[in-house]
Amino acid sequence: MADQTAPAPSRGIAEAVGPRPRRALSVRNIVIYGILALLSVYYLLPIWVMIMTSLKGMPEIQMGNIFAPPVELTFEPWIRAWSSVCTGLTCEGISTGFLNSVIITVPSVVLSIAVASVNGYALSLWRFRGANVFFTILIIGAFIPYQVMIYPIVIILREIGLYGDLAGLVLVHTVFGMPILTLLFRNDFYSVPEELFMAARIDGAGFWTIFLKIMAPMALPMFVVAVILQSTAIWNDFLFGVIFSTPQNYPMTVQLNNIVNSVQGVREYNVNMAATLLSGLVPLTIYLVSGKLFVRGIAAGAVKG
Amino acid sequence: MPDIASRRSLVKNLNAKIAAIPMMLTATVVFVGCTLWTVVYSFTNSRLLPGGDWVGLAQYERLWGTRRWLISVENLAIYGFLMLVFSLVIGFLLAAIIDQRIRFEDAFRTIFLYPYALSFIVTGLVWQWLLNPEFGIQAAVRSMGFETFAFDPLYNSDLVLYGVIVAGLWHGTGLVMCLMLAGLRGIDEDVWKASRVDGIPAWKTYIFIVIPMMRPVFVTTLVLITASIIKLYDLVIAQTGGGPGLSSEVPAKFVFDAMFVSQNLAQGFAASTMMLVAVIFVIIPWAYLEFGGKKRG
Repeated sequence: MADQTAPAPSRGIAEAVGPRPRRALSVRNIVIYGILALLSVYYLLPIWVMIMTSLKGMPEIQMGNIFAPPVELTFEPWIRAWSSVCTGLTCEGISTGFLNSVIITVPSVVLSIAVASVNGYALSLWRFRGANVFFTILIIGAFIPYQVMIYPIVIILREIGLYGDLAGLVLVHTVFGMPILTLLFRNDFYSVPEELFMAARIDGAGFWTIFLKIMAPMALPMFVVAVILQSTAIWNDFLFGVIFSTPQNYPMTVQLNNIVNSVQGVREYNVNMAATLLSGLVPLTIYLVSGKLFVRGIAAGAVKG
Repeated sequence: MPDIASRRSLVKNLNAKIAAIPMMLTATVVFVGCTLWTVVYSFTNSRLLPGGDWVGLAQYERLWGTRRWLISVENLAIYGFLMLVFSLVIGFLLAAIIDQRIRFEDAFRTIFLYPYALSFIVTGLVWQWLLNPEFGIQAAVRSMGFETFAFDPLYNSDLVLYGVIVAGLWHGTGLVMCLMLAGLRGIDEDVWKASRVDGIPAWKTYIFIVIPMMRPVFVTTLVLITASIIKLYDLVIAQTGGGPGLSSEVPAKFVFDAMFVSQNLAQGFAASTMMLVAVIFVIIPWAYLEFGGKKRG
């Protein structure tokens, strides 16, 4: 135990525990880094191929190796994917889908988080009789396959005149984002010291004042996590997009699938890959920028706090 | 805080109840109401529109006599089993390696997790391209001199499912790694110290001490993966479209097509009810383990 001189690491997710590495070039290290390198190839290969393919001309794709970098660099596929490739109805590129996805994602993220944060706050600090029954249904409901509920939802939306409408799709995203987000916010507000809440109550602050002035600012990191979680999930959604929007309002995922899997015309693999990258760009950026917060979001959502 | 809550009168807590209205509506109307609606209508002979006559279990008899449904269920079973085993094994292996205080830990973690940020559509399309026999991995290996090398799972009805699994694992193992890593780091370091003092090799410590201690993490991960497996839809749509033939059809796609394409609503209701039953078989034991006995909050 001679090597145990360093202070014990804190238990945060960033710190490693377990046996310390020995010499730099031991068999153990070679095995470990060998496995890591091998697996990294599996994980990185697709994105490498996507980028390389999207920068080549079609003749080069037909002649050359899928893994090779482009001999003749071209950005033509990107321009075509963005502004002129056919997406089924029109040939205006995937930019229309990009805009549609933004128009769908932004209000859905805002509304779902607004509703769920207030809900989590009510559930954790203002609990009322029966609240837990609804909450339990909500959490169990998160596991029900969407396919079971989708047709009656179509009927409900048609009855209230929102079927095929942006508002309807936003509503659907809000409903299905509620279990996970409520759970996140409920657990976060549970960790607020009770004294703080009591003090605010004694000072005469009410439900909304406490939420807006004290709790919401304190929960700011959780709001960031929720935004990351929701914007990625909603941007990547396909099923709801197909069912609850009309072809001219299809989100990017649906248009992308239409472009690549269309049976008409010559297959332009470079344009397909450029379009694929374009639609992956937003969640990928969110992921790379947010780093540990992204991990925290999925971990907090997955492992019940 | 139950004492605070219980002292509040109905009116005083009105704001909280108003704030919870969306949740109540979601829970009752959507999760309970819509689910029951679908189950009830699965006993009718609805076709183009919901309604029709009560036909009892006839839709289920028909469903289980439909070749496409049987193929879908079999595919999902194979996909699900392999996905569970491999994502748990790879996920745990990755987490255990990353937990060894390696250099560039953040970089490796970023690499293993980034596919999870991408949609299933993107995942399916890029693997469709990689597995394209004319231009993809097969062509690349052949051009290196291995002329007879064959690797085109997406065009072979016996192998297509494995092509989907490769893509599914690429997308999902990063998440499992993250969950496992959180579990590993939740283990008290004294456990490791004690096992080292006793001279127990690391692999034995993992198998006999650490993994049993991580049981809750494994259970949660298992439930999460299973729930996502049953929903499998986008990936298949993007990567194979259910083909070649019917060889990569899955239940979620069967439901969608029955409801929105072939206008055979009751078959869709019956099939989605079967999906619900499958989920219930997973959820009930889990809920029992998680919530049974101990009272929360």
